[in-house]
Amino acid sequence: MSAAQIIDGAEPTGDPFARPGRFTPPGAEPIVRVGDLEKYYGRNHVLRGVNLDVFPGETICLIGRSGSGKSTLLRCVNFLEEPTVGTIEVDGVILHASPTRKRSVSEREQIRQIRIRAQMVFQEFNLFPHLKVIDNLILAPILVKGVAKDQAIATAEKFLAVVGLSEKRDEYPNRLSGGQKQRVAIARALSMEPKVLLFDEPTSALDPTLVGEVLLVMEQLAHQGSTMIVVTHEMAFAREAADRVYYIDEGRFVEVGPPEQVIDAPQDSRTQTFLARLNARQKPEAIAEVAGIPTTAPASA
Amino acid sequence: MTQGMGSAAALVGSPPGLPPIVVDVESAGRRQTTAFRIRFFLTWAVIVALVGLLVVLGAHNNPRFHLTDWLPFIFSGVGITLFLSITSIVIACVLAVFGALGRLSTNPYLNGVASLYVSLVRGTPLIVQILFIFLGLPAVGIVVPDVPTGIIALSFNYGAYLTEVFRAGIQAVPSGQVEAANALGLPQRQVLRRVVLPQAIRIVTPAVANDFIAMTKDSALVSIVGVQELLWKAEAAGTPYVEVFQTIAVAAVIYWVMTIVLSLFQARLEKQMAAGDRRS
Repeated sequence: MSAAQIIDGAEPTGDPFARPGRFTPPGAEPIVRVGDLEKYYGRNHVLRGVNLDVFPGETICLIGRSGSGKSTLLRCVNFLEEPTVGTIEVDGVILHASPTRKRSVSEREQIRQIRIRAQMVFQEFNLFPHLKVIDNLILAPILVKGVAKDQAIATAEKFLAVVGLSEKRDEYPNRLSGGQKQRVAIARALSMEPKVLLFDEPTSALDPTLVGEVLLVMEQLAHQGSTMIVVTHEMAFAREAADRVYYIDEGRFVEVGPPEQVIDAPQDSRTQTFLARLNARQKPEAIAEVAGIPTTAPASA
Repeated sequence: MTQGMGSAAALVGSPPGLPPIVVDVESAGRRQTTAFRIRFFLTWAVIVALVGLLVVLGAHNNPRFHLTDWLPFIFSGVGITLFLSITSIVIACVLAVFGALGRLSTNPYLNGVASLYVSLVRGTPLIVQILFIFLGLPAVGIVVPDVPTGIIALSFNYGAYLTEVFRAGIQAVPSGQVEAANALGLPQRQVLRRVVLPQAIRIVTPAVANDFIAMTKDSALVSIVGVQELLWKAEAAGTPYVEVFQTIAVAAVIYWVMTIVLSLFQARLEKQMAAGDRRS
């Protein structure tokens, strides 16, 4: 948590921890800037002044307990949630929070431009059940970007191959496993050829045996230099793929740094407690200790 | 109890020392089904025969009236009955889509109009609406002929009920679907047209088919303004000979057969609409 992490000569930004990642082209500016973001749900102060800059090619992991605000932050980036205070900038499209005023036509168009550039992958996949896999993939490119149908199909097939599901092209989503659905959802986001991918706990709704295939696709994307912001509880993924990990607690970043620092050598007591809980998942004694549940003595030795 | 238990057979509590009692569950179920079916259809046959007997006994047996002579005339009403019902259900569905969007609108004027429509039409009897259009509107200089009266009354009436069905159907589409469409960057209109409505239509199909079957029967009400549909023809055939009981009974049977056939179509339609929902 020292300011020494700021590299001399980097562009002055609102995020003191931002720095170009492994795949960032030289001289590139941050492609996502979240400035002084605050979010209230009624009287509940969910985000309390968040600054996050992401350079092109970076993979950023947001970690934290449930209710810490990490999903809300991600959903503010593409305006699925309207921020209360602050600024969002994605690939040059800048929009300020406007919680009380109804958005004008031009502002709604700007929000749409942000969404086109920052595609989201949801926890619950949200594939369109009435459309075949291929039609899920070409719907938005045709309607939103005006891509010709042949071209859209070619692009979609390319990304279906990337996620390893070319043979499911003409299936309906309900005939796929959870892992396959999420991979199709990733391919659907990729088909829009976005500048940034937003992942909102992409493996949390999956059977544990299906988590691996989704994480593998995501790791490959990260290693190919995709720009990704990932809300996740998968520390192995963060360790493998993230340029920077942000630990968020009660709406604030409390520890930021490369994964080997934040995950393996956390300094803040809140980060330590969170990671201890996460690691304790398989050990009943450890869970009992962390959660304060009294354990009964074994009947016999 | 656990080992050796096949899917078609179950062990039933066997006394100690004796071989287990094995019950062939599957064929026992089959025997039961056959016996059930025989009794089921026997029940139908007896009741229908009794009602038929009542019709025959209740007839005046007017020597100048031969029912068979009039059957083609009565049957010719089926066409107009189906024409009224099909035309009206199509118009009702269109009204219902706009009605539902109005009921869900945040615009107070659109919402007000849609809500008043539903309240007014659902709050008054269909026969009153028919008479209002046919007898009431001429008072203000709008004369509507009989068949258009029937179509307008039926489509407005069912449109109001279907408005609520469509509204519920649209609301039943998971919010994640709208979020995903928004996140892809689809404009609002396309979110509605390409994502919400196709799924809502699947959800409401059984209810719409149900209402269509109900409408084929409610269309009999428009005979009151002289539309020459099935009931009107049945009455017209029987009245001069004081044999309405028989001709009405014929009409009843025709309505019944029509609804049975339509129910079969409904089952097929629902199966087709479920494309994408099937898992196997």
